[in-house]
Amino acid sequence: MGANNHHESFPWKHVVGFVLSLVLTFAALWVALSSGLTAKAIIGVIVIFAIIQASLQLFMFMHMTESDSGKIQTINMAYAFFIAIVVVAGSVWTMSFVL
Amino acid sequence: MKWSEFFVTGEPLIYAADVAIVLTIIGIVFVLTYFKKWKWLWDEWLTTVDHKKIGIMYIICAVLMLFRGGVDALLMRAQLTAPNMKFLDAQHYNEIFTTHGTIMILFMAMPFIIGLMNVVVPLQIGARDVAYPYLNALSFWLFFFGAMLFNISFVIGGSPDAGWTAYFPLASNEFSPGVGNNYYAVALQISGIGTLMTGINFLVTILKMRAPGMTLMRMPMFTWTVLITCVIIIFAFPVLTVALALMTFDRLFDTQFFTMANGGMSMLWANLFWIWGHPEVYIVILPSFGIFSEIVSTFARKRLFGYKAMVGSIVGIAFLSFIVWVHHFFTMGAGPAVNSFFSITTMAIAIPTGVKVFNWLFTLRKGKIRFTTAMLWALAFIPNFVIGGVTGVMLAMAAADYQYHNSYFLIAHFHYVLIAGTVFACFAGLHYWYPKMFGHLLNERLGKWTFWLFMIGFNVCFFPMYFLGLMGMTRRMYTYSAGLGWTPLNVVATIGAALMGIGFIVLCYNIYYSARYGERDMTGDPWDGRTLEWATASPPAHYNFPITPEVTDLDAYWVMKKNGNGLEVKEEQLKPIHMPSNSGRPFLISIAFFFAGFGLVFKWFTLAIIAAIFIILGLILRSFDDDDGYYISVDEIKRTERLARKGA
Repeated sequence: MGANNHHESFPWKHVVGFVLSLVLTFAALWVALSSGLTAKAIIGVIVIFAIIQASLQLFMFMHMTESDSGKIQTINMAYAFFIAIVVVAGSVWTMSFVL
Repeated sequence: MKWSEFFVTGEPLIYAADVAIVLTIIGIVFVLTYFKKWKWLWDEWLTTVDHKKIGIMYIICAVLMLFRGGVDALLMRAQLTAPNMKFLDAQHYNEIFTTHGTIMILFMAMPFIIGLMNVVVPLQIGARDVAYPYLNALSFWLFFFGAMLFNISFVIGGSPDAGWTAYFPLASNEFSPGVGNNYYAVALQISGIGTLMTGINFLVTILKMRAPGMTLMRMPMFTWTVLITCVIIIFAFPVLTVALALMTFDRLFDTQFFTMANGGMSMLWANLFWIWGHPEVYIVILPSFGIFSEIVSTFARKRLFGYKAMVGSIVGIAFLSFIVWVHHFFTMGAGPAVNSFFSITTMAIAIPTGVKVFNWLFTLRKGKIRFTTAMLWALAFIPNFVIGGVTGVMLAMAAADYQYHNSYFLIAHFHYVLIAGTVFACFAGLHYWYPKMFGHLLNERLGKWTFWLFMIGFNVCFFPMYFLGLMGMTRRMYTYSAGLGWTPLNVVATIGAALMGIGFIVLCYNIYYSARYGERDMTGDPWDGRTLEWATASPPAHYNFPITPEVTDLDAYWVMKKNGNGLEVKEEQLKPIHMPSNSGRPFLISIAFFFAGFGLVFKWFTLAIIAAIFIILGLILRSFDDDDGYYISVDEIKRTERLARKGA
């Protein structure tokens, strides 16, 4: 199937993923050390970079969509993100009256 | 520590329990030795990885815990029957309502459901075992020793007494000194690990091991509900794990996560507890819905009405179950935006649940209904559960909840959903699948006695509590004064509780009676069933299916019976069957967990560390274990199958 053909040709996907990961890592480093933004903005930008890089790696290296159960994997990851956001953001929101 | 502090002293009830425990242990040891059953116990049960036997052990434990939790309940009802009773003092009452709640939810409802899951799901999907049989055994033994650790608290060290929710700051060292709440933190942690592994195990089993042709939309409804329940377990239980770990640190090592001083945030415990706790109630109710769906469809002799809507509503409930938790503490003081949001999400849950109720009703419509005991439980479930559900919507209104909160109205509500939902489902499922587990049916006449006694007793016990709540009686109060006018309804409730107790005794007698005189199930299909578990012998051979069945439609076995194909075992098609080997390690690792937990409870860290080393040793040995099972020869399968068919 698709996965088998993929192994015979040059692994473009991996190279692109690798380069993009490097770019995102150094970009984050640059933002933190020498962009001159406020601390809050720096944290925001770094978090966004991190999310992009995490999803990049899921697709490029961990072949999330490629196996027979690709659909299930994708739904699972999406649900995991949903729960993580609900638990963290929901707790912060709910408990905000004490803080 | 002095011995007089190690053992709980000063209560005649506790001394009686001490004597009963010692006598029971002596009795068990004597019987096993006298009948030379030790080897049988080890070979057939303690080391088994067979999903059917593990399921049976779960159910036996659940029934024992139902007894324990039920005795707690009867003690509470006895104390509340009349005003100013001196039967239990305040401290003892606190301990009893705490253990009642914790045991009923975590050590009765969950294992009962998980036991039925274990017995039924692999059979329903045409599999020979679960995906990870060894892990399954470990799950069970961790649950078992977690439950035992929790249960010994009332004779050794003292029971937890801060409620099953163990809210901080009450559950902190400052307000609950002693080891009671250490038991809560550690025992729940141990059995929680087991539950989490069960969730992973069954998710993989259902996704990967279905018989050929069984697409997701051809799965029996019970299997669907278990699949979704596993997803909820996997996402909800880690929250409990973390919360309990923080609690353990607070209690054992004086950290300040949930304390009042030093920047601790006591309400965060309530928040984390219910992020797990609300999905938890769906973990016990969704499989119950699945059980009722199977039973209603079988005994109405009709395909389940609105299968797709049913699946959709389960998924919808699973989704919503994670965004309603704040409704357990509307009165905590969060702003109107927070309360309104969670009020609306909570009410929204009534929609998919309502869809399911209508699906059951339409399945019954124009069906040829057989009023078996299992069906009676399923039919009684619908109106009783609706009462619980509707009062739930009343509680969901944040503003009104300030009136109902923590009153007996709430007690009545959640007993109506948990008993009419989960407990009725456990009894229904027990009667329905009993022949599949043990090869004989439960007596229908005694079963109906249990049903009527328990169902009427349940309503007599809990319906008055709605009114007691509206009259101002709050939960967890250990006594009340005569002038409040609560006495008549409390007397009624106690009578109801006694009826439920009698119903339970009849059920236990039924189990004994049916084992001796019950009708033997020779066909493997006593109810004219629709799903694949009825295609096997009762009880099934330990490999379940000699030949993996081919599924062409929903209600696979029903279709096979109608078309008359796929039923015969063609001997020339038999192939050797690969099965997992038994292992004693899950049992031994779990004993190590028990001692590690016991050490933590009493802060005996040397014991805890030694036991932890044994746990790690067990894990290391497992990873060097190259026993990948054995094959059953074709000859042996032929012999087993011929014997099974001769019986039929």
